[in-house]
Amino acid sequence: MCLAIPAKIVEMDPQNAHLAVVDVVGVRRKVDLGLLQDEPPSRGDWVLVHVGFAMSKISEAEALDQMRTLCLLGETEAALQEVRGYGLENEELDQPGQGRKQ
Amino acid sequence: MKFVDEFRAPELIAKAGEEIRRLADANRHYRIMEVCGGHTHAIYRFGLKDLLPANVELIHGPGCPVCVLPMGRIDDGLSLAAEPNFIFAAFGDMMRVPGTHGSPLEYKARGMDFRIVYSPADALKLARSNPQKHVMFFAIGFETTAPSTALTLMRAKAEGLCNFSVFCNHVTIIPAIRAILDSPDMRLDGFVGPGHVSTVIGCRPYAWISGDEGKPVVVSGFEPLDILQSIVMLLRQLRRGEAHVENQYKRVVPWEGNRAALRAMGEVFELRPYFEWRGLGFISQSALKIRASYAQWDAEQRFTVPGVRVTDPKAAQCGEVLKGVLKPAQCKLFGRECTPEQPVGALMVSSEGSCAAYYNYEHRKPVTIASAAAI
Repeated sequence: MCLAIPAKIVEMDPQNAHLAVVDVVGVRRKVDLGLLQDEPPSRGDWVLVHVGFAMSKISEAEALDQMRTLCLLGETEAALQEVRGYGLENEELDQPGQGRKQ
Repeated sequence: MKFVDEFRAPELIAKAGEEIRRLADANRHYRIMEVCGGHTHAIYRFGLKDLLPANVELIHGPGCPVCVLPMGRIDDGLSLAAEPNFIFAAFGDMMRVPGTHGSPLEYKARGMDFRIVYSPADALKLARSNPQKHVMFFAIGFETTAPSTALTLMRAKAEGLCNFSVFCNHVTIIPAIRAILDSPDMRLDGFVGPGHVSTVIGCRPYAWISGDEGKPVVVSGFEPLDILQSIVMLLRQLRRGEAHVENQYKRVVPWEGNRAALRAMGEVFELRPYFEWRGLGFISQSALKIRASYAQWDAEQRFTVPGVRVTDPKAAQCGEVLKGVLKPAQCKLFGRECTPEQPVGALMVSSEGSCAAYYNYEHRKPVTIASAAAI
C-alpha cells in the first residue's frame, strides 16, 4: 500500500473544488486534491495518488516511469483494483472497453 | 497500453552490480537496512541480493504498517465493532490480520459489518449513506497515509457528520529508526530511505541519522535500478567515510516534502507519548493520536476501548525478524505453521511483510534481475 498510483486529471468536479476525476489506464474515479492546495493541479496534469488522495504533482514522463515501476513489481492489477474501488461504486465514469487487465 | 515487460536497462543494472562489488571493501561486512516494506517486496521479487557480494547484507526494516501493528490494537478495534449498527471499515490489507479471536474477515463471517475501503474518504462516504449507523475507519499507515486520514477528519468536522469516527493507528517512521539504532543487538551501516513516506515528510527529518549517528541515508525509488543505485550511493559515502542524506528518488520526492499534507496532519493529530510496535515494543512519541478538537470523531475518545495488550505467539519470532536479527526462514514457524494462507504473525499477512515476500519469491525463485542482467 505504499506504492503511489500515477493518474491523469481529466475533469475537475464543478460542485466540489477539491475533487477531480482522474484516469488510470482507462479506469476513471474521483480523487481528492486537498493535499495539493499549495500548488493546485488542473485538468491535464499528472498526479501520484495514494488511498484516494493526490499526493504530488508529477510530469508525464514521471507518471509513465511510475506506471512501469508498478508493472515491474507486479502491482498493476492491485493498483487498478484500488482505483476501481475508489468512491465505492462509480463504474459509470469508466471509459468503455478500457480499464481491463492488460 | 503496455508499459514494460522487461527490466529497465539491464546493462545499467549489471553496471550497478559491478560498481557495488568494486566499492565494497572486501575486509568489511556491510549491513544496510531498507526501511520501507515496498523496498523489501522489490528486493525479494527481483532477487536483488543475488547481485550483491556476500559482504553487503540487506536488513529488512519496520516499514510495513500492517506488520508493526500489535495484536492488542486489532482486538481493541474489533471489540468496538460488536456494537449494534456499527460498520467497521478498513483497507483490504487488514482483512486477514489475525486478532486474538480471529481476523476481521472471520468476524465478518460471524456477522460483523466489515467493509473494505480503498480510501478513508470512502469510509466517510459510507457514513453519509448510512446515517442510521456508525462507521468507524480503522486507520493504519505511516506518513504516506496519515495526511489522507487527517483531511478526511477535517471534511467530517466541516460537514458536522457525527456518525463517523477513526480508530487511529498511524505511526511515524523516524522514532522507529531511532529505536532500531538504539537496539544493542543491531549494528547498521546505512539506510535505504523510504520513497513515498518521503514525498510527505521530505528528506530533512533523516538529517540526525547522518549528523548524530554518522550513518548515510539514501531515499530510494522502487525499481531494481533505483535500489541498486541507492546502494552504490551508500557505499560511496561509506568508502569516503562520509554520512549525508541523499535523494535518489528526486523524480518523485521533493527535498521539503509536501507542506500541505504536513499541515493537515498537524491540524488533526498530535504525538502519542508512546505506542507499542510489534517486535519493537513501546517507542516514545512514535504514533499519532487525534487531537481533543476532533474528539467527537476519535473512536478512542468517543467509545470505551478495552486497551488490550497481547503478547505475540511465543513460538513466532516476528520481533527478531522485524528487527533484522533473524532472517524470515530462521523463524521456527516459517513455512510450516505460518504461511501466507494461514498467517500466525503479521509479517506473513502483508505482501510487504518480509516473511510473505521471502515465502512468495525466495521459495519459488522467479526470473531474477541477476539472470536478466547476465543476458
